[in-house]
Amino acid sequence: MSDIEQKTTNANQSGPWRDVYLDHAATTYLDPRVRAAMEPYFEQRFGNPSSLYRHGRVAKQALDQSRATLARLIGAESSEILFTGSGTESDNLAILGVWRAWQEQQSWQAKVSATKSGEPVVPSELPHFITSAIEHHAVLHVFHYLEKQGCPVTYLPVNAEGIVELDSVSAALRPNTLLVSIMLANNEIGTLQPVAEISALLKQCTSQQGLKQRIYLHTDACQAAGALDLKVNQLGVDLMTINGSKIYGPKGVGLLYVRQGVKIKSIIFGGGQEKGLRSGTENLAAIVGFAKAFELIEAERQTENRRLTELRNWFWQEIERRIPKVRLNGSLSQRLPNNLNVSILDIEGEALILYLDEVGIACATGSACDSATLDPSHVILALGVPYEFAHSSIRFSLGKRTSRTDLEYTLEHLVPLVEKLRRISPVRMELDSQSNQLSAPEAFVGERLPHWQAKPDVAASDQQKSRE
Amino acid sequence: MANDMNYAKVDKRSEAEIVDQAGQSWVYSDTVKDHFFNPRNLLLELPDATDFDGVGMVGSPACGDMMKIWIKVNPQTERITEMKWQTFGCGSAIASTSMMSVMVTEGEGMTLAEAQALRPQDIMVRLDGLPTRKVHCSVLGDKALRKAINDYFKRSNQPERVVVAGAKVIDKVLNITDHDIEEAVLDGAHDLEAVQAKTKVGTGDPSCLPEVEQLIRFYYEKYYG
Repeated sequence: MSDIEQKTTNANQSGPWRDVYLDHAATTYLDPRVRAAMEPYFEQRFGNPSSLYRHGRVAKQALDQSRATLARLIGAESSEILFTGSGTESDNLAILGVWRAWQEQQSWQAKVSATKSGEPVVPSELPHFITSAIEHHAVLHVFHYLEKQGCPVTYLPVNAEGIVELDSVSAALRPNTLLVSIMLANNEIGTLQPVAEISALLKQCTSQQGLKQRIYLHTDACQAAGALDLKVNQLGVDLMTINGSKIYGPKGVGLLYVRQGVKIKSIIFGGGQEKGLRSGTENLAAIVGFAKAFELIEAERQTENRRLTELRNWFWQEIERRIPKVRLNGSLSQRLPNNLNVSILDIEGEALILYLDEVGIACATGSACDSATLDPSHVILALGVPYEFAHSSIRFSLGKRTSRTDLEYTLEHLVPLVEKLRRISPVRMELDSQSNQLSAPEAFVGERLPHWQAKPDVAASDQQKSRE
Repeated sequence: MANDMNYAKVDKRSEAEIVDQAGQSWVYSDTVKDHFFNPRNLLLELPDATDFDGVGMVGSPACGDMMKIWIKVNPQTERITEMKWQTFGCGSAIASTSMMSVMVTEGEGMTLAEAQALRPQDIMVRLDGLPTRKVHCSVLGDKALRKAINDYFKRSNQPERVVVAGAKVIDKVLNITDHDIEEAVLDGAHDLEAVQAKTKVGTGDPSCLPEVEQLIRFYYEKYYG
């Protein structure tokens, strides 16, 4: 055994090593019951659902059944469910698909009026989109693309609790608003967004202002699945994204709910599967597993929610009691039962993650050092706190197999590790820092400010644009 | 249902084995890992102002990490006898600064000239490399060290020896740069008198004062306007 191995082994003297996975918001393991349901579709029932012969018919039947199961669980019609390759793909299809349908309608109308009058028509104003500052990148980056195409996009701020306020939605609406996309529950801080209320508001505004055009409402429900009721009529959504990898189902499968009558065009071209909206041979085993996983998690939802809420609240109480200067990011009551996101001030998240990993604990951070773009979490920054809070943020997301013993083990290691990292740190933040300013700008000026400090605030710049 | 539970247990065991195997190959080298878990020369108690001869603090514009370094210098030999540090930074920042503190102080200690010439690449070689994505985290240490050396020169009344990269020297006699003015403004000095109280700018070469006044206005508007 080398010195290094010896040292790291010595570091774990407080007890036996334990495998504690607290990153269920990233992805979940595959439920063995789901795997069992998927098993026949790899070798025995491998057919292509588009084939006419027996193998194809067997596959088609499984596809239809899975679609019906998922439709029933979200209170939709089978014809309103499209299978895709991921939550990200569903988000892309929802937003870009609606945009593409708008574009095609425009060019068709232009053609018609050109034939009638013989004169070229003035192209209409590009449609306006509304989303929130805390969306997943699968939504946010699609809107950045649409902005590059010239479409105005409003990024709604969130309040200090991490929730979009209804007033900001009604203030952002324009006569040419085409789509509003607001996630049902946030992936980093777990806060629940008032999607049903936004839906009611949109309907009210449309009728009050006598708008000709219907405003579509999309929600990314990937994190909410398994924790919230996803009945589409209660939520009042026109489009909804769910995927398999957060509900103990397989990765590489998602669905997009598309309400009957929503004008949408495909973004993938090919063999015309999924009503021409998502070409490509269906990933049948994954689809079967997805339906099974959703069925199982729905059946266990309420008891599991109660268990997780209690466990999570206890964990947070203990963290607050045993570690000074910690801050809960986002509302505690309007929050997914399994999510805990805390900023442990003065420590850097990636370093803490690596120390925790050494003792078997897996969790996530909003630190810039842990992201490919080196940006601190846009979600934590949207709460109106200094970047050091994002750099110090840790997300624990609990799951079906998380026990109190797991969390006790985590606390046992977390407390001394935080003390160790705080001794290392030259930063001394205060919990009530409410400004977005750097705490020690003198450390940066010689080498210029961090890049995101130079970035204009997206919401502010959008407001400016709308004023112009 | 009972069957399902059995599956779950079997699964958990095999998963744990996989994790164990994968856990052997860390994203960082063994040397990085060693310095990360057992950092050398950490400053654990905040020192008095007179305990050290130079202090330097820098922040990373790339990711927002922060690094602070304290040095003790033997004025006769011009060697660094002690180097302590603190960081608000990730694994790479911790490991590379720990390694740097070893390199700077091993043997008789580096001379100031050697320490000024230390490059991040030299530290990375001793660390057996870093993932490309994490290289930017390792450049903080040597920058903070150069700042601490400059601080030593200022404190020991040798302002002409201050070396500044990429900054414009405003006061040629005292070697005061636009960054010094910027820092003074950020530190609360908002007029020429206050900036002079902090930096003594222009006391040796009054010809630079109009430019200093302009800079103070510029930085004041930039940060407080």
